[in-house]
Amino acid sequence: MPEPLLEVDDLRVTFRTRRGTVTAVDGLSFALAAGDTLGIVGESGSGKTVSMLSILKLIRDPNARISGRVLFRGRNLLELTDRELRDVRGRDIAMIFQDPMTALTPVYRVGWHIAEQIRAHEKVSRQAARDRAVRLLAEVGIPEPGRRVDNYPHEFSGGMRQRAVIAMALACNPALLIADEPTTALDVTTQAQVLDLMRRLRETHGSAIVVITHDMGVVSEIADRVLVMYGGRAVERGPKREVFRRPRHPYTWGLLDSVPRMAGPRVRRLPMIPGTPIGPLDLPAGCGFAPRCRLRHQACEVRPELADAPTGGTRNGASEHVDACWLPAEGRAALRERSREESRG
Amino acid sequence: MLLFAVRRLASAVLVLFAISVLVFLIFFATPGVDPAARIAGRNADPATLAQVRHSFGLDRPIPIRYALMMRHLFISRDLESFVNRGAKVIPQIVQATPVTLSLVLGAAVIWVLFAVLMGTVAAWRRGTVADPLIMLAGVVGISLPVYWLGEVVNLITQSRLHGSVFSWVPPLGYVSLTDDPGQWALHLLFPWLTLAVLYAGIYARLLRSELVANLNEDYVRTARAKGISERRILIRHALRCSLIPIVSLFGLDFGALVGGAALLTEVVFGLPGVGKLTYDALQTVDLPMIMATVIYAAFFVVLANAVVDVLYARLDPRARHA
Ligand SMILES: Nc1ncnc2c1ncn2[C@@H]1O[C@H](COP(=O)(O)OP(=O)(O)O)[C@@H](O)[C@H]1O
Ligand code: SF4
Ligand SMILES: [Mg+2]
Repeated sequence: MPEPLLEVDDLRVTFRTRRGTVTAVDGLSFALAAGDTLGIVGESGSGKTVSMLSILKLIRDPNARISGRVLFRGRNLLELTDRELRDVRGRDIAMIFQDPMTALTPVYRVGWHIAEQIRAHEKVSRQAARDRAVRLLAEVGIPEPGRRVDNYPHEFSGGMRQRAVIAMALACNPALLIADEPTTALDVTTQAQVLDLMRRLRETHGSAIVVITHDMGVVSEIADRVLVMYGGRAVERGPKREVFRRPRHPYTWGLLDSVPRMAGPRVRRLPMIPGTPIGPLDLPAGCGFAPRCRLRHQACEVRPELADAPTGGTRNGASEHVDACWLPAEGRAALRERSREESRG
Repeated sequence: MLLFAVRRLASAVLVLFAISVLVFLIFFATPGVDPAARIAGRNADPATLAQVRHSFGLDRPIPIRYALMMRHLFISRDLESFVNRGAKVIPQIVQATPVTLSLVLGAAVIWVLFAVLMGTVAAWRRGTVADPLIMLAGVVGISLPVYWLGEVVNLITQSRLHGSVFSWVPPLGYVSLTDDPGQWALHLLFPWLTLAVLYAGIYARLLRSELVANLNEDYVRTARAKGISERRILIRHALRCSLIPIVSLFGLDFGALVGGAALLTEVVFGLPGVGKLTYDALQTVDLPMIMATVIYAAFFVVLANAVVDVLYARLDPRARHA
């Protein structure tokens, strides 16, 4: 991998709460090259949002503690002052959030929001910023951008609003775009359009992208690499093809099995991962997935580290593909098949 | 936008009409309440009563009486008091209106300024001691009764310290703005402050909680992620959105105060305003005067409401299509 654009190293986020300290993100590490797309996937509560917010120090909770290193172009973002961070936010790293309905200040026009983004980082006139806003809206496929630029957010549909938010995020040509569940609040058709748009913009703007999602389908559409999170920890990480072809972690198996197969003759009833997602308060000392794992055994009481082959030795080939599970490195596919059979009963 | 304003004002006129009918019915057509008996005085004989009834038009059918009353009120403006015969009602109200308006307008400017300052600083400094201290000041302001506060202010500025620090404070009363603007402001200074204390407290607390809620909204997070400064987020984003509910409350309070709710302040500072007029009319059960002041009050409340709605639509684009 070339010199990474973003390198997250042992990121840890804890919150002091009334019921004790909870660890929302526990030793997360990954690297992202310029122009690459990383999909971070996991059920809700697995710490995806918190980890991305903490990268830009956007967590305002005074009870939060963040440790680790977040190197962006060699600078540790966690050590920057507010002033320095403000220059990074929106200009070098842009972020868009799940709910386009509430993401914009309701009393200002769509164009105003985009112009605000531009003028926060560049010395341009109001008129120039507005002209650019119109062009950006056109670029993300808003019809009649010259008129729509003066609409208020509530006059946009959900899909259009998410497009506008994307236009705003791309206004300063950020090197990295973080998208937190960008399609979750949208209907299926709009989801596909927005993903398509993001793919297209990645080509034209050259931004690296981190997409947060709970949907393996979204990952397969857009990501180059995948990071699977569970209970605040990375449980599997690797190139998308590898992870989809040879998924290693039982949690990843579950996520993959719950993707509806649109291509098939009929959408089968989705096998859900049994049990409920874990909260950071009741995380076991060993493998976090153990309470829901059919294959848990003695070894799982010790926490497995993310590794090429946690049980020892190395596997041949893709050493970029790592997971955190005590199952023997070889023969996982057979194990997956067997546990699938069992779950059908 | 213009259409919205016109529609809103038309409906205000309709509401005023309804209120005038209602008020008329309450005062002059409530079974068991005989205005003629009130006018004729205690123990009047039936002949006198009948004569009064006739001369005041009280023996006519109710719709006609309503029309007559409205004509006296708004067209010939010669409605006379039942108590002080010959005293015309409307000119008294016309005379009292600028006094009340001066009092309430000045107080409103002061309380809005203070509330925005206090509420914003408290929300900005939440987590530090400044926040609870400012909010405590707000509670104190809210819990001081206006009448008591007014008396204390008078005691200090008019007698105790009048010989020294407060020798510049003029005696109680009102000087018209057109006569002498300086004296107008000087006479109203303490009434303004006294009336503003309560509302500054209420509005500061309300604004703070609105701001704190808005600062937790998604759009604030978006703005932060854009690299916008905290100051700009607070003022351009959160404060701007927090003002929307404040404005509608302000309209209601302002309308009520101009409509006579500033009564206690007027009485304690000897200001001959509408509140004082209503107060006196109530004491003597002067029906025409009460009716006129109630309709006057309704007029301001309804007008303030209409203005607020139009303003609200200006402030909140989402309300324009409603
Ligand atoms: N301010 C906070 N205080 C305490 N716990 C929090 C706070 N914010 C998030 N958490 C916890 O962190 C965990 C991860 O949350 P999040 O990152 O939002 O998950 P995801 O985005 O993967 O759905 C959640 O279980 C939540 O309970
Ligand atoms: S380590 Fe054990 S409990 Fe955890 S996923 Fe692997 S087999 Fe299951
Ligand atoms: Mg999330």
